[in-house]
Amino acid sequence: MKNTLLIIKRELGSFFQSPIFYVLTTVFLVLYSFIFQNILAFFSMQSYQAGQIQGMNIGLNLNDMVIAPSFQNMAVILLLMIPIVTMRSFSEEKKSKTITLLLSSPIHLKEIILGKFLACFLVVALMMALSSYSVMFLWMVGEPEIGPIVSGYLGLLLMTGCYISIGVFASSLTDNQIISAVISFGFMLFMWIIGWGAQSAGPNLGAVLEYLSLIDHLENFLKGIIDSSDVIYYLTFIVFGLFLTHRILDSKRWR
Amino acid sequence: MIEVENLSKFYGPRQAIKGLNFSVESGEVVGFLGPNGAGKSTTMNILCCIMPASEGSARVCGYDIFEQSLEIRKNIGYLPENPPLYQDMVVSDYLAFSAGIRGVAKSSVASARDRVLEKCGLKEVGHRIIGKLSKGYQQRVGIAQALIHDPKILVLDEPTSGLDPIQIIEIRKLIKELAESHTIILSSHILPEITQICQRVIIINEGEIAAVDSLEGLTASLRKTERLRFKPRNPSPGIVEGLKGLEKILSVTEEDDGLFQIECELESNIQDKVAELALSNQWGIVELSPLSLTLEDIFLKLTTEESEVAS
Repeated sequence: MKNTLLIIKRELGSFFQSPIFYVLTTVFLVLYSFIFQNILAFFSMQSYQAGQIQGMNIGLNLNDMVIAPSFQNMAVILLLMIPIVTMRSFSEEKKSKTITLLLSSPIHLKEIILGKFLACFLVVALMMALSSYSVMFLWMVGEPEIGPIVSGYLGLLLMTGCYISIGVFASSLTDNQIISAVISFGFMLFMWIIGWGAQSAGPNLGAVLEYLSLIDHLENFLKGIIDSSDVIYYLTFIVFGLFLTHRILDSKRWR
Repeated sequence: MIEVENLSKFYGPRQAIKGLNFSVESGEVVGFLGPNGAGKSTTMNILCCIMPASEGSARVCGYDIFEQSLEIRKNIGYLPENPPLYQDMVVSDYLAFSAGIRGVAKSSVASARDRVLEKCGLKEVGHRIIGKLSKGYQQRVGIAQALIHDPKILVLDEPTSGLDPIQIIEIRKLIKELAESHTIILSSHILPEITQICQRVIIINEGEIAAVDSLEGLTASLRKTERLRFKPRNPSPGIVEGLKGLEKILSVTEEDDGLFQIECELESNIQDKVAELALSNQWGIVELSPLSLTLEDIFLKLTTEESEVAS
């Protein structure tokens, strides 16, 4: 555990030293804010129109019409951003041969992998925390329900974990950061749209494909439902990705 | 300290090292000598538990490289051919990080860091970013990293490659200082380096050990004849014949600049006779000196003999 903390600390140090983090966070916040502002503007226009006619304001609520769509869009932006966060993790160590320092030290491979994963996770969590100004703003001007917000963030964090798990795995495959980013982006997007295959597949396979899709599991969280099957899906996904990373790195030593 | 038995490593179908056997005693400084691609780095990687061997076994500090690799990694300090430096880190932070993952207790990290900063002459650059340091200083940081947990064994893979002559001298001096308190394995393809630093040489060629011996031993075993260099003041055409007429002289060859190389039997102490002859014939003497077999000769001799056998 001590070693994992050391790795996290070093990773975070190098994130905050490199311009990548600042550029990425800025782009993320600009995109998210633009989308949020548009959704909010549309909502306030609808509320205004509903206010003109008595009884039309039923069904207008901040949670369903502003927060949930904003979070959904955030999930898309994260899909584009996270490969850039994770591409460095092992690819850079391999390219600059610094991985020998880790491998020649008395620490376990799983401590290294966990450290890398958690460091990326904390970085993305920080980006998400910065974006939470939007929810606070809604809090000031309206009365959103807290439950779906909390579960929404939980769902987003779990999904982020899956993205990062894929990204770390991809970066363990290659010493080229661009290849790593492309592989992880492709794989993330595939896991996102895999549910689309459900319509043309048979009923059994369709159900499997739908269950595998990353985005379908987010829906419940955004509605305010924390279903244990969704939580288990995300956690299994994360652990499986990290397990594959372990296999890859371990087998590289034997080749 | 280190015992290696029948160690082999395959990279796919290619065999990088073929059944190595050697041992290193505590406190020794051993040099791995061999051309590029001979298997020096592979052997070192295996001893440092970075990659496993395909066959054979090795024990470091009494621990098995397969079963107890964590214990070995605690007792070994490794400087790979490319020092594993995070270019964006500050030197002292980097060393503190290395100390941490090498298992130095949190309370003694700072003192360990200061100790290696002092030892490797890095005090003035401790607050600087590694990527901005010169290659020589980076190499020192690499050595400092290997020393941070005060290991019993130091493994240094080509510690002076890519440095300028002054940096090379400094690094060699540092290694000599370290040799007083550590067992060191050092690899190089630069031959004078090994002669200066190491007590014993293991010559590796094409994955096999060509020779293991002390420097004197190697030189002696390979010397079947002695050679002298002779430079007369007044070269005259009869010199070669005149010298050949002496007892125990096997051959005389004339080189450029009026130099003669005399090959004679071992321990024939022919200098006196050559000098007498030179003075009596009024050739004069500018230089008359024994030529010792350099490591370079040994190396070439061993490795070419090896390939002659193979072909």
